[in-house]
Amino acid sequence: MERYYQPEIETASREQIKAWQDERLVKQVRHVWDSVPYYRKKMEEAGLTREDIRGTEDLHKLPFLSKADLREAYPYGLLGTELKNCVRIQSTSGTTGKRVVAFYTQADIDLWEDCCARAITAAGGTNEDVCQVSYGYGLFTGGPGLNGGSHKVGCLTIPTSSGNTERQIMFIRDLNATILCCTPSYAAYLGESMKEMGLTPDQIPLKAGIFGAEAWSEEMRQSIQDTLGIKAYDIYGLTELSGPGVAFECSAQNGMHINEDHFIAEVIDPDTGEPLPDGQQGELVFTAITKQAFPLLRYRTRDICVLSHEKCCCGRTHVKMSKPRGRTDDMLIIRGVNVFPSQIETVLLNLGYPANYQIIVDRVRNTDTLDVQVEMTPEMFTDNMGVIAERQKKLVDGLRAMLGLTVKVTLVAPKSIVRSEGKAVRVIDKRKI
Amino acid sequence: MSVKQISIFVENKPGALLAMTTVLAENRIDMRAFTLAETSDFGIVRIIVDDVYKTCQVLKDMGFVYSISNVLGVVIPDVPGGLNQVLQILTEEDVNVEYMYAFQGGRNISGAYMIFKVADENKASAVLTGRGIKLVDQEELEGM
Repeated sequence: MERYYQPEIETASREQIKAWQDERLVKQVRHVWDSVPYYRKKMEEAGLTREDIRGTEDLHKLPFLSKADLREAYPYGLLGTELKNCVRIQSTSGTTGKRVVAFYTQADIDLWEDCCARAITAAGGTNEDVCQVSYGYGLFTGGPGLNGGSHKVGCLTIPTSSGNTERQIMFIRDLNATILCCTPSYAAYLGESMKEMGLTPDQIPLKAGIFGAEAWSEEMRQSIQDTLGIKAYDIYGLTELSGPGVAFECSAQNGMHINEDHFIAEVIDPDTGEPLPDGQQGELVFTAITKQAFPLLRYRTRDICVLSHEKCCCGRTHVKMSKPRGRTDDMLIIRGVNVFPSQIETVLLNLGYPANYQIIVDRVRNTDTLDVQVEMTPEMFTDNMGVIAERQKKLVDGLRAMLGLTVKVTLVAPKSIVRSEGKAVRVIDKRKI
Repeated sequence: MSVKQISIFVENKPGALLAMTTVLAENRIDMRAFTLAETSDFGIVRIIVDDVYKTCQVLKDMGFVYSISNVLGVVIPDVPGGLNQVLQILTEEDVNVEYMYAFQGGRNISGAYMIFKVADENKASAVLTGRGIKLVDQEELEGM
């Protein structure tokens, strides 16, 4: 039996969802026009006034916001309410430039935690469950978001935060944690560590995992499910829009339902900005229609995915987004060919290699080189060099078939690729362009 | 009559081999034979040691990837044509040699020793001993 956290919202009719979106969008545009001069100026430049947006059919007229806008408007330029109404900030890691700081009123936090509670319930969570949150707590949204959602569902929450793998495993076993929330790469690492300790899936109490904050492939899902003996669910979100829970997977495990009562999703052509029809791959754009403190309209996520309005067997009616197939900004262009790290991961896992890998891009004598480093494992190692070379060749062939490029494969020592407790660093681009 | 050889994966970069031999040295493991086969990015170190079990334990603890295989320790007659004679026997019996390497015998033993990796070590062992070629066993090797 499928469980819902807010059934009347999650299974509402398409007409009802559209009615909510129309009403909330109009209200939100007026709110932004009145309180965010930065965006009002953008609207004026596009020849719009607050009266021009009469429903979702006018959404495409609104100007986009991008990460560059967030940096330019840092810290208060996109604030939608007085600071005295705000109760919290969260922030992105800021590895690629200035940090993004997002503000929350209490109502914003409530709706965010509701979204996370929907995700936990969809993964089978109830107040009988013990939910271990191994996402980082602090400025990163992963820990606080799932922690709040877990409270709302009524799970016994173990706020381990990230790191200290031994302690993580101790709590999972001693307190019989049934749900694990963390990044997929950390879930894989925990699984690997438990396997090394000699634990079999039936000795691990976990039954479900909610993994997000980085891209992961279907093959990685399979491998995590097998090692931990769980069902692994994807969750999607961005600090700019609240955090995890903007979209989440249900029992169908084939795409994430977007919480459309709070966020309107569009897929656009990243080059022209034109909206694309259902089923076409493009850049995901979100409009937050209920958030007060940080009300972003038409925010470009840079995630590449596909939307689907097909009826879902779980009974939820909200639109589904595919797993992001890459990001417009983590897409590598190698000798003119578009390469997403997720494509490389798919080939590796299909051929029985571990999910831990690193991609080194360099430019030698004006030609791009792509070196995929994979760790040697006891299962793969043999005294026979011919067998190893043959396997290596198979991987090179598999990558060539997937990418249309000749890739160098280097086998490296076990555990030599740094394990991540947060987001994995998959790509090292040494090109100086 | 075969002996255990341990094969270890090492990256082909400065210090990788040292890291492995340091582990063996720190654990006072005595190597009887050693050879290194390499490709452009990795190598396989093959060793014969005085204590296979302990060596595997310490390698595992230090995170090395290794495997164990059976090889033959052959005492080569210390005369001109000694190796030739051994290979002649194997060829006549249609036993393929995958690789081989020489090693120093014990302190009190005269004659040359070679490790043979063959496709069928039981057959090779039988035909060699049947033709008067001496092989060393694990116990003898550990005692050297």
